Amino acid sequence: MQLHLSPEDQAFRDEMRTFFTTKVPQSIRDDVAAHRDVTKEQYVEVQQILNEAGLAVPHWPAEWGGRDWTPLQRHIWREEMQLAAVPEPLAFNASMIGPVIAAFGSQEQKERFLPKTANLDIWWCQGFSEPDAGSDLASLRTAAVRDGEDWVVNGQKTWTTLGQYADWIFCLCRTDPGAEKKQRGISLLVFPMDTPGVTLRPIELLDGGFEVNEVFFEDVRVPAENLIGEENRGWDYAKFLLGNERVGIARVGATKRMLVDAKAHATRITSGGRPLIEDPSMRARIAELETELLALELTALRVVSNSTDGKPNPASSVLKLRGSELQQSATELIVDIAGPLSLASFAEDDDTDVPEWARVATPEFLNYRKVSIYGGSNEVQRTIIAGTILGL
Amino acid sequence: MDFTFDTEQHALREAVAGLLQRAYDPEKRRAVTAKDPGFDEGTWARLAEMGVLGLPFAEEDGGMGAGQAEVALVATEIGKVLAPEPFVESVVLAGGLVAAVGTAEQRAELLGPLAEGASLVVFAHAEPDSRWTASASGVTAAQAGDGWTLTGVKEPVPSGARADVLVVSAAVDGGTALFVVRAEAAGLTRSGYRTHDGTRAARVTFDGTPAELLGDGTADRTADVELALARATVAYAHEAVGAMQTALTTTSEYLKTRKQFGVPLSKFQALTFRAADMYVSLELVRSIALWATMVLDAPGSSPEAVLAAADRARLQTSKAGRHIGKEAIQLHGGIGVTAEYSVGHYTSRLTAIDHLLGDGAWATGRLADRIDAGTVEALPA
Repeated sequence: MQLHLSPEDQAFRDEMRTFFTTKVPQSIRDDVAAHRDVTKEQYVEVQQILNEAGLAVPHWPAEWGGRDWTPLQRHIWREEMQLAAVPEPLAFNASMIGPVIAAFGSQEQKERFLPKTANLDIWWCQGFSEPDAGSDLASLRTAAVRDGEDWVVNGQKTWTTLGQYADWIFCLCRTDPGAEKKQRGISLLVFPMDTPGVTLRPIELLDGGFEVNEVFFEDVRVPAENLIGEENRGWDYAKFLLGNERVGIARVGATKRMLVDAKAHATRITSGGRPLIEDPSMRARIAELETELLALELTALRVVSNSTDGKPNPASSVLKLRGSELQQSATELIVDIAGPLSLASFAEDDDTDVPEWARVATPEFLNYRKVSIYGGSNEVQRTIIAGTILGL
Repeated sequence: MDFTFDTEQHALREAVAGLLQRAYDPEKRRAVTAKDPGFDEGTWARLAEMGVLGLPFAEEDGGMGAGQAEVALVATEIGKVLAPEPFVESVVLAGGLVAAVGTAEQRAELLGPLAEGASLVVFAHAEPDSRWTASASGVTAAQAGDGWTLTGVKEPVPSGARADVLVVSAAVDGGTALFVVRAEAAGLTRSGYRTHDGTRAARVTFDGTPAELLGDGTADRTADVELALARATVAYAHEAVGAMQTALTTTSEYLKTRKQFGVPLSKFQALTFRAADMYVSLELVRSIALWATMVLDAPGSSPEAVLAAADRARLQTSKAGRHIGKEAIQLHGGIGVTAEYSVGHYTSRLTAIDHLLGDGAWATGRLADRIDAGTVEALPA
């Protein structure tokens, strides 16, 4: 048992902290810290800065830009990025399709896609969920039918995050409708979003923003060489990919930053003639949240130090479950601190005296309802814990 | 950071687990706790032989010179089988105070026999009209010639009737001092009783009772008591984690075997999801308990850091203990409320631990007083 980081890991943390706070433009970090939307150009700029320094895809195989870091170092890397309000490398590239191609793609596909994926020269989006396939992803119906040298894709995807910026999509398609198990008849295809027959409809969310989309496919012709891995093995790749998706999903660093902000806001808001931060019930609420967050962070460190070579640890379900709940609790706390100011949510700068943090508080709270739904809903995580860990 | 135990620590855990699992199953525990002193003297003696009762004391005081990590391992195993031996009460809390405050002579005189199992030492601190304070007010000390006398009531005192030696907190000159009182002292009256968790407590009445001052001088010992309570709190967190773990495994097994409507209860998602939430609570509190132990053992930890870590542990233990304890009974159904079945006793013990040294709301209040506006409590580097 050892409380402190080793000197090597401390040095690593300092190195990460220095890089993120000095090499990533302050204006972009300010936008992230203020909960403003990050533009496509900002995402690309930051990922290219990180990639240049070998910090965009450290968990990939070394051959393709990865670093031989320990799980703890990867954890520190991610935490420090969140604490410094750096937009993280695009998950669809860095955590999802990149590792899948690196593990299951052909040599030609690796050479064609991986450098551009790491550098965000290609922006990927995820074609997984469908209107009738949410948590029950394996019941997806988008079909790919072989026609000569092409696959012909028809169907619809939804919840395609940032699809409006995407150059390419990785798409789960049903290629064997007659398979005995529905999981066995699925393949993973990739194709450009400007392929004829692909249309995209943005979906407005409760916060007034557009981050998810519906994507429709009508006789989309995809060359056979764009199949990743083996035909009808797509479900295995999807599970591999979703396992990666849960890594780092606790987002402790981001929630820490929100709690620090919340305390600063509560110092400036007056309630009953004194700063809200002096109110005993507010202090108790913050103290509890800080303790919950500490417990989560320590659990993340336990999972990290016990994880064996990238295999998803079932305890990572705890991180997803609790991590999402605490992110939501933090956004809720900030809305409550803002109180009536939170109603000025859609006011423009010139029309309001309400500070920006209070204006974005409720849209953020509403938007963050998503975190207990995506990445395997919290109910799916409970199913995993009950089944895999408790044997129920 | 490293949350794992080393080989020697694993060996200690194996040995203690073996001893306690042989000593206790739910039936044996019921039999032992049915009669005074509420624990098994034979098991206590075997723990002493194994060196467990002297674990945290310095070797020159008759102990093993081990750290809080070893204490945590033992406490966890005690919690798993709900062993009623007063390890935390006697070794960690009362022994810890003697080790921290006593003179070299007192340490040798009191800790050696405690470690050997020859003398049960407990801390008489709680008073019937106050709760969870580090100072004393209801028992007062007065100088009498070269010595001291105590007057007042301490209650509830864990294992207070069985104890051979009492370490007693008493008000003196506006502060709190610590005293040693022997079981045979004049003017000492003890009324022992059984508590809901199967252990024993007592009302201890002092009436001009002769007492020996613990340590040198009558400087206020409140801060020493605070620290000793903090260390005991962290040990209790581990005992509670052990108890919660068994409560959850017992519940999971029950869900797999108990049939209703023609199927095992594990077919009902309304039940399995609640078991999953119990697991989440357990792992979160386990993390905090391990971390708090590391804070206690780390050479550079300030008293403030130790107190804060203990308060965090206390808060999380309280929350998780209530959650898991109550759900364990509910998921069992009626059998969980019976004394004949094991699981409810875990809830009972968790409830006792929650109220011995301060509950979650109390810890929250202390943490709330210390909120730092600028940062979220960072992990030590």
